[in-house]
Amino acid sequence: MPKKRDAKKIVYESEKEMPQMPMSQGSMLWNKTGKWRNIRPEIDLEKCNQCGICWKFCPDMSIVIENEFPAVDYDFCKGCGICAEECPTKCIVMVEERK
Amino acid sequence: MKKVIMGNHALSYGAMLSRSQVISAYPITPQTQVVELLSEMCADGTLKAKFIKVESEHSAMASCIGASIAGARTFTATSAQGLALMHEMLHWASGGRLPIVMGNINRAMAPGWSIWTDQNDSLSQRDTGWMQFYCSSNQEVLDTTIQAFKIAETVGIPAMVVLDAFALSHTYEVVDIPDQGKVDAYLPPYKPYARLTPDAPCAFDGLTGPEHYFELRYKLQKDMEKVPALFDKTSKEFEEIFGRRLEAVEPYLCDDAEIVLVTSGTAGYTARVAVDEMRKEGIKVGNLRIRMFRPFPFDAVRRLLSKTPKIAVMDRNISYGYHGIFCQEVKSALNGSGSKAPVFGFIAGLGGRDITVGSFREVVDITRRQDKPAEEINWIGVKK
Repeated sequence: MPKKRDAKKIVYESEKEMPQMPMSQGSMLWNKTGKWRNIRPEIDLEKCNQCGICWKFCPDMSIVIENEFPAVDYDFCKGCGICAEECPTKCIVMVEERK
Repeated sequence: MKKVIMGNHALSYGAMLSRSQVISAYPITPQTQVVELLSEMCADGTLKAKFIKVESEHSAMASCIGASIAGARTFTATSAQGLALMHEMLHWASGGRLPIVMGNINRAMAPGWSIWTDQNDSLSQRDTGWMQFYCSSNQEVLDTTIQAFKIAETVGIPAMVVLDAFALSHTYEVVDIPDQGKVDAYLPPYKPYARLTPDAPCAFDGLTGPEHYFELRYKLQKDMEKVPALFDKTSKEFEEIFGRRLEAVEPYLCDDAEIVLVTSGTAGYTARVAVDEMRKEGIKVGNLRIRMFRPFPFDAVRRLLSKTPKIAVMDRNISYGYHGIFCQEVKSALNGSGSKAPVFGFIAGLGGRDITVGSFREVVDITRRQDKPAEEINWIGVKK
């Protein structure tokens, strides 16, 4: 897997350099989809039982496990709220973004 | 080996001899026998291909697209409503640059519900980025299927082999079915430009922003423009191996003709009989049969019609609110070419009404009587 910090958007200067068909040429990690978010998940680790359900359900792989506890990768989390919905201990709450 | 077979089976044999690796189709009258025979060939091992049964034509084309991205030579066949249901997927196939070959049996679009022939189904798919080849005999169907794979795989563009419902699909003719060895010599195994493989993981047909989409479309058109020359080249190679010549545009007694009848599909051979009859009576007519509709062979059409005093286009189709579709293409090709010939537009045979030698005599009568077309559309055989 390429590192997030190394990911670069590829822009071709000429059609001659481009492949015949639309096909991936590299990582999409440059595309920080977190900026689409209106509401953000916040995790209260005091209530977390480390079940990993949020990690399993996140459709964008934006829950990462750090030191055996879940954490949100806000660069990519779009704020869909599935983690909060599925959390059995309700330790994840969705908070409105104020930017 | 010569065999008496129906037009639909000529398509099946073409797909078999081309060593199709994946076939996915949904049965529809009048196409059914095409895939019926192929499914039997897959079942008894005559053809080593995967036959995928699906619940609709949309899914048939979707599975062909998946198979083609995975690098398989892929074939399907459909007709009318089935083709219309595939419409979205046709864009995915051409935009994804997948050389899928599809047989389409020209059947009139419902309603009124019809199983009989006209060309509005395939011509409605004109702008999907597929090549279209119209056939007039069962031999041509078989030969064109093999050639279509060769052209499609060279440029990475899908191709439709088109034949009239019943007039060709269910008509039995003698067909020379070539040896597998000869077909293998003509058509090498498919080497995809890129394919879906765990060895080089890659996603296809994903989000493409305004910074790249335009160039991909430019490339599709540029490769389409290579097809007329490629058609001639692959036809020469075909003739060397099989002894039969395939033309993108086929002229018949056009050189000294005062009127050239422009046709496509089976009506072309009827026109020839009419030409022969009228020539005996001293009426100088000729026939130009357009076999390749997309890309449109405008150079050949311009060249072959450059000296023709009057042109009569017979369409078994209509663009409602304008006129026959081949007629508008011929007019557009001649625009700016220096030809001053009036182009007379005729519409006949919609929904499978017969186009006969008499129909062409009527066309010639009208064209001879008028210096310029009095009507945008001359209707042949409508009960007015």
